[in-house]
Amino acid sequence: MTSRKYLVLAGVTVFAAAGDSMLSHGMKQIGSISIHHLQSLLWAVLNPWVALGILLLLAFFASYMNALSWADLTYVLPATSIGYVLLALVAKFALHEQISWLRWMGIVLISGGVGFVAGGPALTHDGSQTPELHKDPLPAASARPFGLAQGNGGASTHCEGAEL
Amino acid sequence: MRHVYTWMGILVVVFFSVVGDVLMSRAMKQVGDVHAIVKHSGVWTVLGRVLSNSNFFLAVTAMAVGFFSLLFALSWGDVSLVAPAAASLTFIGNAFAAKIFLHEKVDRRRWVAAMLVAAGVALLAG
Repeated sequence: MTSRKYLVLAGVTVFAAAGDSMLSHGMKQIGSISIHHLQSLLWAVLNPWVALGILLLLAFFASYMNALSWADLTYVLPATSIGYVLLALVAKFALHEQISWLRWMGIVLISGGVGFVAGGPALTHDGSQTPELHKDPLPAASARPFGLAQGNGGASTHCEGAEL
Repeated sequence: MRHVYTWMGILVVVFFSVVGDVLMSRAMKQVGDVHAIVKHSGVWTVLGRVLSNSNFFLAVTAMAVGFFSLLFALSWGDVSLVAPAAASLTFIGNAFAAKIFLHEKVDRRRWVAAMLVAAGVALLAG
């Protein structure tokens, strides 16, 4: 995997954690919004923390989509779950919140899960479903991405044949 | 009875979150490797491919329904149950759905990772 791809995964993690934190901080400044005054939600975006939070969450979504274009869902989700740990550490060291031993256990388990999945290939493929592969205008580039370099059996990457 | 509603709400959240994630993954695999496309054809080609992909819009719709279901579920049940249960069950549900619908090779390493993360999220958010 290239360093740029690690950067994308880091982006998914950091943008989600930072976006959620800023949105939460901004919404606490605004206070509770009654169900009868939902239009107040529109004004909430004028709060700089909320606006910044929304921008960061848009950046998260773009990074998430980018990551899914070259890695499996079952790789991206665990690999980026380190964001939960990041949030807990920010709560502990920046916001001086107490973290119970159960939460520390949670941090250890998530870190273990991330370590497990990060050691494997980013992309796997069934091999039985590549009907639209040759229609791709960029076959050399987009149909043979970088997961192949990681020894996942020379599998191709596209899943267009999958039926949901 | 309220307990039943809460768990039904959690299952609805998990269902739409998993559907959204799986559809988004499928859409982006159909779009192709974003890095390679940007390098060869520019960012507008990526945007064009994403915006002309029906799975992308279905995914966004499912994610939005999942988000609003979460809000409803939170209004019925305790946040300390709903949030961690929904988040960790979504990890497990995604592993099953990715294997069945996306034909990803979910080997023992990935199952263990999904289980560890799901348990960790439940402990962290609980």
